[in-house]
Order: sequence, then C-alpha cells, then structure tokens
Amino acid sequence: MAEETKKFMYINRKAPYGTIYAWEALEVVLIGAAFEQDVSVAFMDDGVYQLAKGQDTSGIGMKNFSPTYAALGDFEITKIYVEKESLEERGLTLDDLQHLVWEDEDEDWAEKDSIRLVSRAELGDVLAGQDVLFNF
Amino acid sequence: MSMLHLVNKSPYESNNLSTASSIMKGGDELLLIEDGVYGAVKAGKASAMLEGCTVSVMGPDLAARGISEDKLADGINVIDYNGFVELVEKNDKVQSWL
Repeated sequence: MAEETKKFMYINRKAPYGTIYAWEALEVVLIGAAFEQDVSVAFMDDGVYQLAKGQDTSGIGMKNFSPTYAALGDFEITKIYVEKESLEERGLTLDDLQHLVWEDEDEDWAEKDSIRLVSRAELGDVLAGQDVLFNF
Repeated sequence: MSMLHLVNKSPYESNNLSTASSIMKGGDELLLIEDGVYGAVKAGKASAMLEGCTVSVMGPDLAARGISEDKLADGINVIDYNGFVELVEKNDKVQSWL
C-alpha cells in the first residue's frame, strides 16, 4: 500500500562556500524529490546568499553548484520560500537572486515563478504547516 | 607595530567582524576572506562596522559569491592571493579571528 504523501521542508540558513551545508542540502533535496513527497525549500539568514546570481568560483577552486537551483523546477520542486527580512538585512533584493521557474503541465507548460518572497511571520506559518523539517 | 586582522566568517552569522573592527588600532588593516567578504557589501547592515578601518577584500571570494565590485562599500581594496601575501609581509603580525 502506498504511503501517504508528506510535506517535506528543507530549511537553508548557511552561505554557499564557507561550509559544505548548502551543497549537501541541495543533494538531499534532489534525492528527496525522487520519493514523490510534497517538497518545499526555504532560504533564510545567510541561506539567501545561495541563490545569488552571477556566482563564479573559478578563482577559489570549488565547484559552482548554483546552476543546479535552476533545475529544481524540473524535479517538481516549485515552492521556494525566500525570507524578506534576511534579504533586507543583507542589502539584497529579489533582483540579486536567480530567477527560478517551473513549468505547469496543467496550464500548457506555462512558466511560473518558483520563488515566493515571504516575511518571517509568513514563513513561520509555512513551517507550522509542514510534516517534516530538515535543517541545513 | 601594525597588525593584519583576518575575518573569514559572515558578519550575519558570527560576531568576528564586530570584534575585529572594534579592537583594531590606528595603522592596523582588515582583510575579509571567504564568507567574511559579505561584510564588505555597502547595502548590507554590517558594512557600518567598517567605518574608519583600512579594509581589503579577496576578489576571488567575491566572484564566487556573485558580488560585483560596484556593490562594495567605498574605499575598499580588492586584492588577489598575491595581495594577501603582500599584506601579511607588510604588517608585523597577523591575527585570525576564527
């Protein structure tokens, strides 16, 4: 018997290259996507830096894994929450982040935005509605 | 006697930049590397801590994080790994705020 679908939330709070958390989180998110759960991903605190566009790691000898975020939509990960207060504190706006989209097969593959800009209070409500929380 | 202060953590995650910038004496220099480079972004709250300090930042670490040089606070020197070595040579001591 098929198990019930659960709401999985992956919370990202670390900058991308100073520690391995961001990359590991991305790997776990992609593995989790294969289990056909209802997946959401949140970026808050220094985690918002993971989505910065224009990353070029050629000078530091590390893999630039940022293009992978653009593939999340293909894995049916369409709910990406970015916390507004974290962006503001860091002097960032949505324009500084990658434009992430997914294609809605119910609407003739219309391209839709994946990123949802939410306040800390709104993110709290989203977290309260999840079944399982993973922290990175 | 001058000291080079190294900060490699994000100012939004640790108090290293706060401690370093407030303990620095005249003639000392601050170098931001790795996640420390986020402190150099002008529009970010943390850049206020750099006021009055002589600050350099690692260019390759900026590029990796998608930060263009026009986003930096005024008066910050962008250097490469050779510049890092020069700063270490130039100052009498190095203090790494880990």
